[in-house]
Amino acid sequence: MKPLLVKGSEAIALGALAAGCRCYFGYPITPQNEIPELMARELPKRGGVFLQAESELAAVNMLLGAASTGVRAMTSSSSPGISLMAETFSYLAALELPAVVVNVSRGGPGLGGIEASQGDYFQATKGAGHGDYHFLVLSPASIQEAYELTARAFDLAEKYRQPVMILTDALLGQMKEPLKARKIKPRTYPKDWALTGARGRPGRILRSLYLGPGELRARNELLQKKYRAMRREVRAEVFGTEGAQLIVCAFGSLTRIVKEAVQKAREEGYPVGYLRPITLFPFPERYFAPLARPETRFLVVELNCGQMVEDVKLAVCGKAEVELLAFPPSDLPTPEEIYQRIKKCLRKPRSSLRS
Amino acid sequence: MPKKAQIFPSVLRERPFHYCPGCHHGIAHRLLAEVIEELGIRERAYGLASIGCACFLYYYFDVDICEAPHGRSCAAATGAKRARPDLVVFTYQGDGDFAAIGLGESLHAAARGERITAIMINNTVYGMTGGQLSPTTVVGQRTTTTPQGRDPQHYGHPMQIAEILASFPGVAFCARVAVNTPKRVLEAKEALRKAFLAQLEDRGFGYVEFLSACPINWKTDPVEALEKVDELVETFPLKIFKDLS
Amino acid sequence: MKFEVILAGFGGQGILFAGNLLAQAGMEAGLQVTFLPVYGPEMRGGTCNCTVVLSDREIASPVVTYPSALLIMNQPSLDKFLPRLRPGGLAVVNSNLVSPEKVQEASRAKLVFVPADDLAEEEGAPRLGTMAALGALVAVSEVVPPEKVLSGLKTLLFPEKKAFLEPNRKVFRRGWEFGQAYKLGEPSKF
Ligand code: SF4
Repeated sequence: MKPLLVKGSEAIALGALAAGCRCYFGYPITPQNEIPELMARELPKRGGVFLQAESELAAVNMLLGAASTGVRAMTSSSSPGISLMAETFSYLAALELPAVVVNVSRGGPGLGGIEASQGDYFQATKGAGHGDYHFLVLSPASIQEAYELTARAFDLAEKYRQPVMILTDALLGQMKEPLKARKIKPRTYPKDWALTGARGRPGRILRSLYLGPGELRARNELLQKKYRAMRREVRAEVFGTEGAQLIVCAFGSLTRIVKEAVQKAREEGYPVGYLRPITLFPFPERYFAPLARPETRFLVVELNCGQMVEDVKLAVCGKAEVELLAFPPSDLPTPEEIYQRIKKCLRKPRSSLRS
Repeated sequence: MPKKAQIFPSVLRERPFHYCPGCHHGIAHRLLAEVIEELGIRERAYGLASIGCACFLYYYFDVDICEAPHGRSCAAATGAKRARPDLVVFTYQGDGDFAAIGLGESLHAAARGERITAIMINNTVYGMTGGQLSPTTVVGQRTTTTPQGRDPQHYGHPMQIAEILASFPGVAFCARVAVNTPKRVLEAKEALRKAFLAQLEDRGFGYVEFLSACPINWKTDPVEALEKVDELVETFPLKIFKDLS
Repeated sequence: MKFEVILAGFGGQGILFAGNLLAQAGMEAGLQVTFLPVYGPEMRGGTCNCTVVLSDREIASPVVTYPSALLIMNQPSLDKFLPRLRPGGLAVVNSNLVSPEKVQEASRAKLVFVPADDLAEEEGAPRLGTMAALGALVAVSEVVPPEKVLSGLKTLLFPEKKAFLEPNRKVFRRGWEFGQAYKLGEPSKF
C-alpha cells in the first residue's frame, strides 16, 4: 500500500470514513477545518451526509439526532466550540448514544490562541457538561495512530453505547506524516435501542429524565458500571521503565517531543523510562501502579498548566514522587528543554517521601 | 383517506395525561396522534420530546421518540432526518423551547428547508417552570417575572414566529391554529396533516403553531382560558400563512 | 541517517510547499518523514517556516531544536535560525535577499549562497525562487535523489494544478544544477 502524506486532521477524517461514518455535522473553527473540508468532499460521494451547522450547539444536536437512529456519525471542533457543545455531551452520555467527537484543541482560556495546547484534558476526561458522566477519550500521538484510533472510536462507541472523544491538538492536526490508510472492517453491534421507526414493535424511547423514586440513582449506577467495564479498553505506550529512576509521562502529540528527549537521555545511559496514556478516560492506572515505587520518580510533561498530573498522582497513590513540567500554551517546547529537565530531575535528591 | 371509527387513536398509549385541567396540550396530542394514524406513518415516525410541559411526550405516543436538550429539537430532528430520510420526523416544542433558547436552531432548520414537521405550542408563558415571561408573552400580560405586565420599553414586543417562518423559501407549510372551538379543532387537524404532507411530499419545512391555553399560569379557569385565547388572536392571528402544496 | 531542516522565508515564497515537497520526496524515497508547518503565534510578522525531518529510523519529534540544515529565503529568517544551526550544518541561503557580507559566524556552518530568485526568473517563473533553493539543498545534501523530488512534485500537483508542474520542475532542476556545480567546487561559474 502506498503511503499518503497527510495532516493529522486529514488522517482523522480518513479514519472516520474508513470506519463507515455516514454523517458529519460541524461548524468552522481553527485549527481543525481540514476535517469538515475533507468530509464535505468525500461523504457525499459515499452516499453520506455532510452538513455545516449554524453553530456548534446545532452541530452537536444534529449529531445527537443522527446517532439516535443508529447511524455512525461525528462532529469535530476546537476548544471554544467544544465548550459550547458541553450541555449536549451530557445528554449524549445520558442517552448512551454512540457518537464520535473530535477536539483539535487550542490554547485557552477564553479565546486564547490557535496554537497547540492540552488545556482541555480536564474538560475531556472529567465530563465538560453537567452530571456524573464521562466520554471514553482517546489521544493519538502520530498520524497513523490518529487514523487508527478514530476508526476504533466508532467501534468502541457502539460496543459501549457511549460517546467517544478523540483529543488532539494543532501540533498533530497540522503536521504531516506518512499514513497507511489500511482498509478497516467496522465491527457490528446489536442496535436494539436505535430509533428507526416502530415497524412491528412498540415505540422506542431515548430519554434521560427520571423522576421516579430511586430511578435516577439506578440510572447513574448503571452508567458507572459501564464506565468501569470500559477499563478493559485502556491502552498505554511504555518503554524503558525497567530499572528506571525516572519515568516521563505525557499524552498526545507532545509525547513526540518528549520521546525524543527520553531517547536522547537513554542513549546517554540515563535510567529514564517513558509512559504514554493512549486512553485518557478510562485512565490507564494499571500501567502506573506496578511502577510506583519509592525509588522511582515520575515527571509529567504537559502543554498546559498541569492537568493529567492529577490523574498520575491518583494512579501512583503516593507511592512515588510526581513532578510536573508544564508548558502553558504558547510556543512549543523543544526536545532540548525537556532533556535538560530530565537530567536535572535525575540529579535531584529524593525527598523523604516514604521508605 | 379511510377514516377509522376509533375513539382512541392507536398511536396514543393508554395512559392518562399529566397535564393540568383545561390545558390544550392534550387536544394537540390527540390531533397529532390521529394525523399520524390517518397518514399511516406510525411505523416511520420519529418524534422529539422537548423541554417543557410536554417533555413526557414519549409516555403518550407509541412511536419512536428521542429527548432533545432545551431548544435543540430542530437541530436533533435535522440530524435524524438527514441520517435516515425514510423517517417522518417531527418536533413538539413550546414557545420557550422553540422561540427563545432554540430560536437559532428553529430558524436555521426552517431556512434550510429541512424535511421535518415542527409543532409549536404557543401559550405565551413558560408553563413548566411556573409561568414566566416568554418571547410570545403579549404586551401588558402579567407573568411571574413581569408582575406589572410585559412592558415593551423593557422587553420589547412578542415575536410572531409563524409570520417570520412564512417568509422563508424553505418553509412549505406554515400555519397558526387554535383549539378553543370545535371548528378550530378541525382546522388545526387539517393544518397538522398538511404540515406532515409537506414533509412526506419532500416539499420543505412544515410548521404548525398552536395558540394554546395554559389556565394554571394564566390564573384562569379552563373556560375563561378559552376566551382568553380569543383575545390573544389579536396579536397572533389564526391563519395559514403559507401552503405550497 | 537523520536530516532535520528548517525552511524559512516570507509568506508567499512557497516555503510550506517546498517543505511539503521535500517530505513527500523523502517518503517516496522510502524514508520516515515529518513535516511541521509553523502554526499560531510564530506565524506573525509575515514570516513563514516549516520543519522537515527525514530519517531512516522512526522519528520522534517533528519539532527540532538544532537543525542540521537550513533553507533561508530572507534576512529575518537567517537572523532567527542561523544561531540554531548545528555546528558544521548546511545553510542554503537566497543571496538575492540576503547579502553574504552580513552573515556572521560563517565559520561554523557550511553556507551555500544561491541567487535563487534570479535563477527562477531566468527560468521564467520569478515567484518560484524557493524551488531553486530547494534544488540546491537537495544537490548539496544528497538527502534524497532529485528524481524523487520530481516525482513528488507530480504527486502534489497532479492533476488539479498540473499547469504548475513544468515551471516547478524547471526551476528545481536549475537550482539542483547550481548545487551540483557548487559541490564540484565551481560556484564562480554562476
Ligand atoms: S402548566 Fe400550562 S402548559 Fe403546562 S400542563 Fe399546565 S396548563 Fe398545560
